[in-house]
Amino acid sequence: MDQTRIRVLVGKPGLDGHDRGAKVIARALRDGGMEVIYSGLHQTPEQIVEAAIQEDVDVIGLSILSGSHMTVFPRVKELLKEQNAVDILVMGGGTIPEEDISALIKGGYAEAIFTPGTPTTDIIEWIKRRVKQKEGQG
Amino acid sequence: MSEDFSRWQKSYPEKKERKGPFMTVSSVPIEPLYTPVNTPEINYREDLGYPGEYPYTRGVRRNMYRGRLWTMRQFAGFASAAESNQRYKFLLSQGQTGLSVAFDMPTIMGYDSDHPRAYGEVGRVGVAIDSLQDMETLFKDIPLDKVSTSMTTNAPASILWAMYIVAAEKQGVPADKLTGTIQNDILKEYIAQKSWIFPPEPSLRLITDIFAFARDNVPKWNTISISGYHIREAGATALQELAFTLADGFAYVEAGIKAGLDVDDFAPRLSFFFNSHTDFFEEIAKYRAARRIWARHMKEKYGAKTEESLLLRFHTQTAGCSLTAQQPENNIVRTAYQAMAAVLGGTQSLHTNSMDEVLALPSEKAVQIALRTQQVLAYETGVANTIDPLAGSYFVEALTNQMEEGAEEYFRKIEEQGGVLAAISENFFQQEIADAAYRYQKEIESKARIIVGVNEFQTKEKIEIDLLKIDPEIESSQVRRVKELKATRDNLHVQNTLDALKESAMSSDNLMPKIIDAVRSYATEGEIVSVLKEIFGEYKEQAVF
Repeated sequence: MDQTRIRVLVGKPGLDGHDRGAKVIARALRDGGMEVIYSGLHQTPEQIVEAAIQEDVDVIGLSILSGSHMTVFPRVKELLKEQNAVDILVMGGGTIPEEDISALIKGGYAEAIFTPGTPTTDIIEWIKRRVKQKEGQG
Repeated sequence: MSEDFSRWQKSYPEKKERKGPFMTVSSVPIEPLYTPVNTPEINYREDLGYPGEYPYTRGVRRNMYRGRLWTMRQFAGFASAAESNQRYKFLLSQGQTGLSVAFDMPTIMGYDSDHPRAYGEVGRVGVAIDSLQDMETLFKDIPLDKVSTSMTTNAPASILWAMYIVAAEKQGVPADKLTGTIQNDILKEYIAQKSWIFPPEPSLRLITDIFAFARDNVPKWNTISISGYHIREAGATALQELAFTLADGFAYVEAGIKAGLDVDDFAPRLSFFFNSHTDFFEEIAKYRAARRIWARHMKEKYGAKTEESLLLRFHTQTAGCSLTAQQPENNIVRTAYQAMAAVLGGTQSLHTNSMDEVLALPSEKAVQIALRTQQVLAYETGVANTIDPLAGSYFVEALTNQMEEGAEEYFRKIEEQGGVLAAISENFFQQEIADAAYRYQKEIESKARIIVGVNEFQTKEKIEIDLLKIDPEIESSQVRRVKELKATRDNLHVQNTLDALKESAMSSDNLMPKIIDAVRSYATEGEIVSVLKEIFGEYKEQAVF
């Protein structure tokens, strides 16, 4: 594994085809010096977790605009647990109302949720900081 | 005059301008002033014409809104058919003049609500329709001979259209009385909306089958809504939206002709769907250029003979991608400006977004404001009093010409690649869109572009609006409903219709009659799609970002 480059899987789970945000973020992260794998559309949580483990990523970023976030995030977390890959950080964004964001973070299903209007620079900074923190703990 | 213009140019206080750049939403630079000197000469007869006359720049109808206002058609649908039926009745009672159905992701992608891939998605972004039974519920007590309905369905459009036709038949309304639209625009799915099922060739076959079936059985129906809306939402510029949509349109015309149809047999029922984004004048120019380009190509390239084949009739939706999660009430203002641009651009039909749509599907209160926005526009602002009021504006005519020239350049680029299908497989459109989306985001982050409430004029706020919530129980009850249907219908009959459909799919028969038979037997959407998937295969994209 390349120690200097953070590896991120940008995932589009479920049937939602809205990929503008996911792609802009993928590109921004790549421009920000990270290795980015884009999962493509219509992925199941199983496919995303499998790809994340195979690609040995530090972070999974889920983009969900279809309202299915309260089932997808927990499912991804569950699968990571089953596969002993809980060191992979899970975060995301999309059409996710405030109270669901609180529920997801408090429930431990996501580390952070970035909603519309977030500058990509904020996301890059967050990932760098959090991954560094995690490596410090590892 | 040009001497005077030079004098003016030299005296223009450029150094005293506010911080730029002065550009459209699409990053097109704009001059401080447009005069006869720095704008192209317009030949009224050839470039503008009269409304309802070639090249239709000024409008497709002779009397436009003096004859009939645009249809106020709010896109709606959520949870189950029963809930959506209630919302449709509410909207009609509030003065909406046409219906527009939003389906949930499983219905859009061809899965029944009880399919594993539908888990967590039933009824969330639209209404769940699994079978004719749901379609009947959706339109209960809504007379389908009195109201026109647009359905946003693409890959499985043939199936949902069949359900609508049979639901109407059960109301006693024959197919030849039905008015409405199915979106049915698969090319833009590969390019932007990404809700495909089958690969391009069999998808085009389904579309030309629909063209032919409508010609013979449902003549008042718009068989396709060739869309730029989604292309724009994915990040395209106004020019890309215009050019890619019209290129798709020409591809459908060619597909119809290749399938053996006479262009005048199906072209009159092609319709369009554009976005209305926040740059007021850019959008108006886009719509006017669209009409002129379409008419010119249809007449000169495709040899269309009847007038109806030359008319670019369109529905507009205000830009979802322009709405902000921050200070959502500001979205009411954005939507109002966008609606005005659409009307000044001559749209036939309009949906105005609700202010809360960045966060959820529209609440009743928010959609009422959105509808009132159209009504204030129609009845209070005076914009509908005269036809194409901005014609002759140096600025607007310059922009309109610029749009047309830019579109023609894109058509050449697409031709060079071998046409729309080839360009899709090369990811041409997708890369252009991704590049434009990225540039737009960078402009916001560098503050070259100001978005009120997002990167300027921010407030620390707690969002206090009441959002629509989809009860998870909706999914469980829908799953029960479709399971019960499958258990209680005549399953032998269903299987027979599915077998007959499979046979037809393997031949070159028109598939609509067999799809209608299957639907009438209460085969589910998922079952019909599964049969077609077997024969047609599934599409897989090679994603670029």
